[in-house]
Amino acid sequence: MTKLTYTEKKDTRSGFGAGLLELGRTNENVVALCADLIGSLKMGDFKKEFPERFFQVGIAEANMIGLAAGMTIGGKIPFTGTFANFSTGRVYDQIRQSVAYSEKNVKICASHAGLTLGEDGATHQILEDIGMMKMLPNMTVINPCDYNQTKAATIAIADHEGPVYLRFGRPAVPIFTPADQKFEIGKAIKMIEGADVTIFATGHLVWEAIEAEAILEAEGINAEVINIHTIKPLDVKAILESVKRTGCAVSAEEHQMNGGLGDSIAQTLSTHHPAPLEMVAVNDSFGESGTPAELMTKYGIKCDNIVAAAKAAIARK
Amino acid sequence: MVHAVNSGHPGGSLGCADFLTALYFHVMKHDKSFSPDGIGEDLFFLSNGHISPLWYSVLARSGYFNVAELATFRKLNTRLQGHPATEEGLPGIRIASGSLGQGLSVAIGAAQTKKLNNDDGTVYVLMGDGELNEGQVWEAAMYGAHCNIDNVIATVDFNGQQIDGPTEEVMSLKDLKAKWVAFGWEVIETEGNDMKEIISGLKLAKSLSGKGKPIVNLMHTEMGFGIDFMVGTHKWHGIAPNDEQLANALSQLEETLGDY
Repeated sequence: MTKLTYTEKKDTRSGFGAGLLELGRTNENVVALCADLIGSLKMGDFKKEFPERFFQVGIAEANMIGLAAGMTIGGKIPFTGTFANFSTGRVYDQIRQSVAYSEKNVKICASHAGLTLGEDGATHQILEDIGMMKMLPNMTVINPCDYNQTKAATIAIADHEGPVYLRFGRPAVPIFTPADQKFEIGKAIKMIEGADVTIFATGHLVWEAIEAEAILEAEGINAEVINIHTIKPLDVKAILESVKRTGCAVSAEEHQMNGGLGDSIAQTLSTHHPAPLEMVAVNDSFGESGTPAELMTKYGIKCDNIVAAAKAAIARK
Repeated sequence: MVHAVNSGHPGGSLGCADFLTALYFHVMKHDKSFSPDGIGEDLFFLSNGHISPLWYSVLARSGYFNVAELATFRKLNTRLQGHPATEEGLPGIRIASGSLGQGLSVAIGAAQTKKLNNDDGTVYVLMGDGELNEGQVWEAAMYGAHCNIDNVIATVDFNGQQIDGPTEEVMSLKDLKAKWVAFGWEVIETEGNDMKEIISGLKLAKSLSGKGKPIVNLMHTEMGFGIDFMVGTHKWHGIAPNDEQLANALSQLEETLGDY
């Protein structure tokens, strides 16, 4: 495999905004709703080009989810936009009853997920959203890693019939996936091949995993890196295929350890192929104010933590 | 139905029986062959999903499914879940309800899609008055007026009762008409236990649609209407009658169709 590099950094939320704009042009059934955060969600271009298909709902997220569920009746494909916290925890029951249980074709698009929105602190950061959403029957949960993948995922979910939770973020992060890479829901992507340990990463932690792999390589450890952009449905086949070769695993995510990707991988391994697993995630704690980099360091979700986890997993083989 | 499984909500169901009958048999343009998208049809959403026994009875008698299926209400593997649901594919149901306060948002969303589709169907929604405790209702009320959703006709089952007692004691609605007026809605008040009044009220509501404002119908009803020992009290909100009570209740109705 060619060495993964990047020349540009961009926020994943802008990938969502670009994907939504393209959908507006290609799919007349796509409509968008936003709860007073058009700029933060990068929905301004869609609103400008398709004002009749854009709905400002004000600071009323529960109503937004109900409206979106209703709009599907008659064939529209609503994309809702607000912060991840207000997209999930605030409206869990609305999503549960009106969207997931009712099998409605709503796309819940959530920015500022995890710690990396930074200075606003724990009220606005959310580290439980993947857990809440993956527990819901009928729900698909997607957490892309960079601008290109977020754009591709946004476009792909319009063609998927059923509720989707799409999670992305605020900070500028490296763009390292190809702009023309097709997004396949539920299909993990092998970023780097390796033999000693598999690092399963999602979202912003995929780049951290790639950096960790370089550090490990310099120390003579051969790590495989797999991008799990879809947490549900999980690519069980790809996970097992890899761990059967490497014999141990690390999960890496910007989320609570409870209920996140690591949880899903642990369930998969313990059920099908028991193997050592080390989890890089936030350990039963709320976040706090700080810069994104400071927070990732303090809460132990940087590439250094992945390196240490990989060594620990190998030692347990 | 409620008696047979010893669970369910007879009070609100009886109070709104005339209303739902009027809606399905005299007012709405709807097709019993049922398409989930309801293109070109009027739509109905039951936000206070606990009066499902009534809705199921009306749907069955409107031809959406066989009346005999009513006997499966609340039983394992039924399509007639305790509260309305879509998962089992019961014709006539377009969204789950039961957790209160969500139906007005759904109705307004469906109404906006009708506008986008140039579909002149009207969207009806029924809510309980106790349900108005839920904040989401008022989020939707604000939005509906702001966006001039004039193809929605909401009805409030204004029976003054909720689970823990009279609404005035549990959570006073104060001047409910003034509240809706202040939110920017066209408000009508009707009597909900008189078929002629209901039909004329709904015709009035329809005549007010398409004029830039959403419409709410504050419909005065009596919980448990038609049964002397159930009427006007919250006590029959969510309990089933026993054998003796059922026989007594049925003896008080002019017509019993045997679906209990």
